[in-house]
This record gives sequence, structure tokens and C-alpha cells, in this order.
Amino acid sequence: MPVLELSHITKRFGALVANDDISLSLEEGEVLALLGENGAGKTTLMNILFGHYVADEGEIRIAGERLVPGQPEAAIAAGIGMVHQHFTLADNLSVLENIILGTQSLWSLKSNMTQARAKLVQMSEEFGLIADPDAEVGTLSVGEKQRVEILKALYRDAKILILDEPTAVLTPQESDDLFVTLKSLTAKGLAIIFISHKLHEILANADRVAVLRRGAIVATVDVKDADRNSLAETMVGEKVVRPKLTAFSPGKPVLTLNQICVAGPSAEPLLKDIDMSVREHEILGIAGVAGNGQSVLADLLSGLVDAEAGWVELLGEKMQKFSAAQIIEKGVGRIPENRNTTGVIGEMAIWENVISESLRSENISKFNSIISKPNAIKQAELLIKQFDVRCDGPLAQTGLLSGGNIQKLILARALSAEPKFILANQPVRGLDEGAIAYVQTQLLAARERGAGILLISEDLDELLSFCDRVAVMCDGHLSPSFEIGSKTIAEIGLMMAGDFIQEQRSMANAN
Amino acid sequence: MQIEPREHMSAWRVGFAPVFAVFATLAICAVLIVWAGAPVIESYQLLFKGAVGSRFALNETITRSIPLIFTGLAVAVAFKAKFYNIGAEGQLYCGALAATYFGSGLVTLPPVLMIPFLMLVGAIAGGVILILPVLLKTHMKVDEVVTTLLLNFIILLFVSYLLEGPWKDPMSMGWPQAKSVIDEGILPPLFAKGRLHMGLYFALGAAFLVWALMRFTIWGYEIKAAGLNAIAAAFSGINVNKTIIRTAMISGGLAGMAGVSEVAGLKGYLTLDLSPGFGYTGIAVAMLARLHPLAVVPAALFLSGIYVGSGSMSRAVNIPAYISDVIVGMSVLAILVAVMFSQYRIKWRS
Repeated sequence: MPVLELSHITKRFGALVANDDISLSLEEGEVLALLGENGAGKTTLMNILFGHYVADEGEIRIAGERLVPGQPEAAIAAGIGMVHQHFTLADNLSVLENIILGTQSLWSLKSNMTQARAKLVQMSEEFGLIADPDAEVGTLSVGEKQRVEILKALYRDAKILILDEPTAVLTPQESDDLFVTLKSLTAKGLAIIFISHKLHEILANADRVAVLRRGAIVATVDVKDADRNSLAETMVGEKVVRPKLTAFSPGKPVLTLNQICVAGPSAEPLLKDIDMSVREHEILGIAGVAGNGQSVLADLLSGLVDAEAGWVELLGEKMQKFSAAQIIEKGVGRIPENRNTTGVIGEMAIWENVISESLRSENISKFNSIISKPNAIKQAELLIKQFDVRCDGPLAQTGLLSGGNIQKLILARALSAEPKFILANQPVRGLDEGAIAYVQTQLLAARERGAGILLISEDLDELLSFCDRVAVMCDGHLSPSFEIGSKTIAEIGLMMAGDFIQEQRSMANAN
Repeated sequence: MQIEPREHMSAWRVGFAPVFAVFATLAICAVLIVWAGAPVIESYQLLFKGAVGSRFALNETITRSIPLIFTGLAVAVAFKAKFYNIGAEGQLYCGALAATYFGSGLVTLPPVLMIPFLMLVGAIAGGVILILPVLLKTHMKVDEVVTTLLLNFIILLFVSYLLEGPWKDPMSMGWPQAKSVIDEGILPPLFAKGRLHMGLYFALGAAFLVWALMRFTIWGYEIKAAGLNAIAAAFSGINVNKTIIRTAMISGGLAGMAGVSEVAGLKGYLTLDLSPGFGYTGIAVAMLARLHPLAVVPAALFLSGIYVGSGSMSRAVNIPAYISDVIVGMSVLAILVAVMFSQYRIKWRS
């Protein structure tokens, strides 16, 4: 009998069918990967399984027993453990406290710490998940926090473990460690579902893979019968070719950062002595695990935060402090990390978002004060056509567009002025293959035109296939850049973990 | 129970939401009237009559709506930028102080210049008093709800001090009131009978200008953008702090003009009971109007009608005049709920 059986699950959100008649089963000791693009319905399905949502149709059986829908506590009691992409841990509590959180009755005054500790230690040993019970969670690394999440699920006697994009926040080495751990868990009889859109990860670690597309399962295959291309095609539904870099000899620098420091709320600076240069006809990639200073670097170059020390040379002009308006005026195109919250104002119309960076340009407003709506709409219509934004026209509300179309809109706004320097922060994250290919083609066209591009991404595959050079960020430091192909993935992984910082220090000391 | 957004808002739902809300309000308040021992239908008839049933009533209702249009606009503009100015009451008194200071003899100009001059100094005074709260917000993230609200009491006490002390009119027979505004500064009445005065034109003009500002100008765009999404606005090069400061000045200025209009139009001199909470009712006006500058005018007329009408109703059927506050509060609440239901629906879980 399968440990988990989903039959004919359907979930609608208004007109959108997020899950369409999904049936799945999971055997003991099996690793099932759930593959699909963003918006394919993976997370919705797992949320139904865990009781966050109630399915409109269908039922879930665990070891033959019907699971009460809509109750996370029932799912936990039935042996489902979930490791969310964004951890649900209290940073100010210890590992042990986090793990027992919620397992004790709210009305019980005594707590069974000794017993809990014994169980945790025994579990740690049994599954090879090393964790110090007394360490404060806030001080742990991302990989360690994830381990605590897994222990938390195991402590509740999970038989089925669900991991939502578990490697999104890990370095390559940490990811490898995670999969070793998962192997040892399945050896003990646990069943695992992990959600991912990284094909190599699935091929290397899953037994079976279920591919979701637009809410429906389009294929369930044994991994040994699958290969990268066939999976990618099934996931996307069509053959999509990502653009390739053509060789260009880089020109003179468009952007140079010299010894840039940015102060943070604590004594520790957010960016430390950053040196960097982006040249014409060149894409410089910034690799690194999320939260190591990439967003501060992007904010700095967007004109949102000021450097405390050092200088920036942009298109031949040395600057120390500059506002967002100034940097736009200089001709910098910026694609922000969060397209919905930073890139556009969802409640405003498309035409209003199109002109947001050029309000005071002659074409858009008269006397520097009155907006010419006809001109703005003309401009919007032009860009909608040129960048193939699928919408009901310039008057439509921006927030109603899909992620890919919002990104095209931002791209249109950023690239229409033919910028010489482009800051692209996670430009393709969460987009479907078609939109990714489109965004990359546009960026490459800009590179061909002579623009220098700084591409920040957490996806190493994307960087290695799309950049001329890559530098790695860790803990606010930036490594020297290197040509693609001059380092192995393992070497880059070590840099992402901070290896280069030591070298920089010792070099500085030697000088 | 879940609340889900509706896929499309049908026109009749949006249009009828306020009407429905008004009826719901009247139905709920009917309970209070019954409780007070008065006949419901007759009471509401009296309310209606007292508000719009005669030339005199209409005149009163419109007169009373003038300061509400100003304060409603002041609140609507500020709230659009998510600058929660609760201090329109205080700013109104600042405008009144300025009108009294400059208008009671210090400056004498022909009426064509004197009246706009008083409006201008009143607007400046209303804006200036907001400088401290707005800078505290933009530079130190101090909550403007607290600072603007508390500033109301400070200003009111200051007015009280002036009226009891240095500014007390020696001709007032001991009443705490300031010297009268000179004749050149008085807003002339629009009709021979009744109190309706030229402040109405200023109020309507202000509503139109604010609407045009919000709809056609870069400033209006920036105010909307900063209010809807400050992060995205800053990213696209809008100076959000500057926008908020500018918005506060406009807001304070509008509230200040309400004070000028009351001093120079209605009473002729400053007293401590110049405003029975026009600044606070302005919040209700703005909410009723859903922050739309032109909708502020009917919203102000509606609430003013309820105040005026319930005054005459309570006298006639002998129920407390406070019923008007309940009706006003209830109608704002009902409108907000009705508007919410025109955009969302409740889904009961099976």
C-alpha cells in the first residue's frame, strides 16, 4: 500500500485552476521530485497536502486513512512534515526550543526538556543530522537552519517529508550534504517529496519525478528513464532555446567601483571594500548565496543607499553620492530584484508605470509639471508592442499582469532609453522558460549594442551559461572576477562559502 | 470563513454600495431612536426636512459643509500619500489664528486683495504647523498619527491662552474672543438671508484644484506613487520624503483655509468653539469620498446635512443631538464595509 495517495485533487482560485485533477502516490522509502515552472501549481498542491488549503475536489489518503482536509495539525499527526522554502524558525530560541515548539500543550506548565533533549540527540545520531541543541537558531548558517527544520519534522514522527525548493538558499556543497542526509532518511523508510525546478538535482537524487504544467500532471516518469532534455521539454511543453553568448571583445569600463563600503545598522558594514569593473560589451555575473550583500550592492547602484567610503565611476564620471533620479538620468537601466514590489506599482495603470522613470522628460510632461497623458499612452503602446507585453492595453492595471509580462514591462522601461550600463538583479527568477529566453535575448541585444551589464543571480547555472565573467559575493565581500570556464563548480562553491575572504585578508596583510 | 477578491466589480455594485450603506445606517440608527422613545419615520422625516427641506435648512447645510470640504480635502490629499494627518483640527485653528492676526487691523487692503491674502496666510500657517510632525516622520520615522493628533491639543490650548489673555477683545464683555476681522477681510454673504458666504467658492475651487493636481500633474503622480508603494516610487527616482513634505504642506494649507473661512466668513472673529470638530469630521468626509477630491464635496454636504438635520430633529422629538454623531460614525463605517463588499466577497467554508 502506498504511504501517500492523492486522488483527483482539484483546486481553483477564482477562474484560475491551480491544481487540475491531480493524482499521485508515494511509496515507502521513495524520493519523488515535483518538477514544474513557477505557477505550475507545485506549492499549491503541497499546501493542500499540509492542510493550508482545502481542495475543491479529491481526497488524500495516508497509509490508507483519509486525511481530514484543511487542518495542518491533522496532517502533522498523520506523519507529514514540511520544510518550507522560507524557514519557520524563531531566531531567538535555541535549536531544542524550536524543535519542541508547538508539541506541548499550551495549558501544560511543565515542559519535558530532558526527554525532548534525549530524543533529539538520539535522532541526530540515527539520521546523521548534527545539530547542537543549545545553539541559538539565529546564529546558525542557512544549511544548519534547514537541518533544524528537518529535525523538527522528524521529532513529530514524520513519515513523509516535503521540502519546498530546499536548495534555493544553499551553496552547491550544502546542497550535496542535504541530499546525502535525505538518502539516509529514505534508507530508514521515510518517503520524501521535494519540489524543484533544477533538473540536474532531480536527475541525481530522485527516484521518480512528476512533472506539473499549468496545474496538471503531464508526466510521471522514473528518473532512470529520463534525461535533461526530455524533462525540460515536458515541463515547458515546447522546445525553448535559450540564447547563447556570442564572442565580443569588451571595450572600456562603463562602471567601476573602488573600495566601496556601505554601513549597516550594526557595526559590521554591509559591503566591505568592493572593487569591480564592468566593461562595454560584457556581462559580469555576481554569484553568491542569497543575503550576502547582493541586494545592498544593487541598492547602491540603483541610487537607494549611499556608500560610506570609496567611489563609483559611471561612464567616465566619478561620483560618491547619487540619487535614484540622478542614476536614471545618467542612463542606467535597472531591473530590480522584486518586480512586483519594487519594479512596478501594481495599483497603477501600465502607462503610469511606463513613465515612472521619465516623468520630467520633455516628451512626457510640459513645464516640468503637467503630465501629457496622450504622449504617455503613445509611449506605453509603443513599448507594449516592441517588448511584446501581453495586456489589455496601456490603461490596464499593472498588477493584473503575469510575472513574465511585468518583467517585460520593466525591461521595456529600463532598455528603451538604450542605457550604457544595465543592472539586472535576478532578472529571470520565477519566470517561465519562454519569458527567460525573451529577457536573456533582450539583455544580449543590449550587450551587442555596447552596454555593460551587471547580472546578480543566485542560480549558478544561469550565471555560468550567460556571463562573460563572474565574481562571488560572501558576507559583504566581493571576490576578484574570473573568466567563465577558469574555475570548476566546486571551486566556485568554496568561494560562495567565503574561502576567498581569507586569501584577500592575507594578501592585504602581506602588503 | 474566507474573504476573496471578486474577479470583476460590477458597476451596479460599486454605484449602489454607498446608497445601500446609507440605508443600512438609517436602519441601525432607527434602533437607537426607538430606544429613545421617538417615532422612527417621523424622526427621519424631520431629519430630512431639517437638512434640505427648506431654503433656510439648505442654506445652513451648505454653510456648514464649507469647512468640511476644506478639511476633507486636507485629509484626502494626505491620506493619498499615506501621510496620516489627524491634525486638521489644529491646522484649522492655525489658519484662524493667522486670519485674526493679519485680518484684525494689522494689514488693510481692498477686499479683492484682502480676502485672498487672508486665505494665503491661513494656508501658510496651516502648513507651517505641520513642518515639525512631517520632518519627524521623514527623518526619524516618528508616527505622524501621534504627533499630529497631539498637536491639536497643544494648538487648542494655545488658542485658549491667546483668547483669555493677550488677544482678548476688550469689547467682548468678558467673553474669550479675539478682535473682529476688518470689513475688507470679511467673506461677503451670498444671499441677503442666511449665513452662506463666499467661502463656498473657495472650497469648491480648492476641490477642483486638488482634483486637477492629483489627476494631471507630476506632483499628483508622485503623491499617488508614494502612497501606493513607497519602495517602487523611490526606485523609479521619486524623492519620497520630499513628496511627503510637500503633501503635508498642501494638506495643512487646506485645513488652514477652513479656519480662515470660518473666522472671516461665518463668525467674523475667533472663538474657542470656532470648530465643533471639523478637523476630525474631515477624516470621515475623506473616507466617505474614498479620498477622491471631487467626491469630497457631496460627502461633506451629506455629513453636514446629517449634523444640521439631526439638530432640528432632536429638538423636535426630544432625543439627544448626539444621535448625529452616531449616524455620521455609522455611515462612514457602513460605507467602508459596503465598499469592501463591492471588491471582495465572503466565502463560507463547507
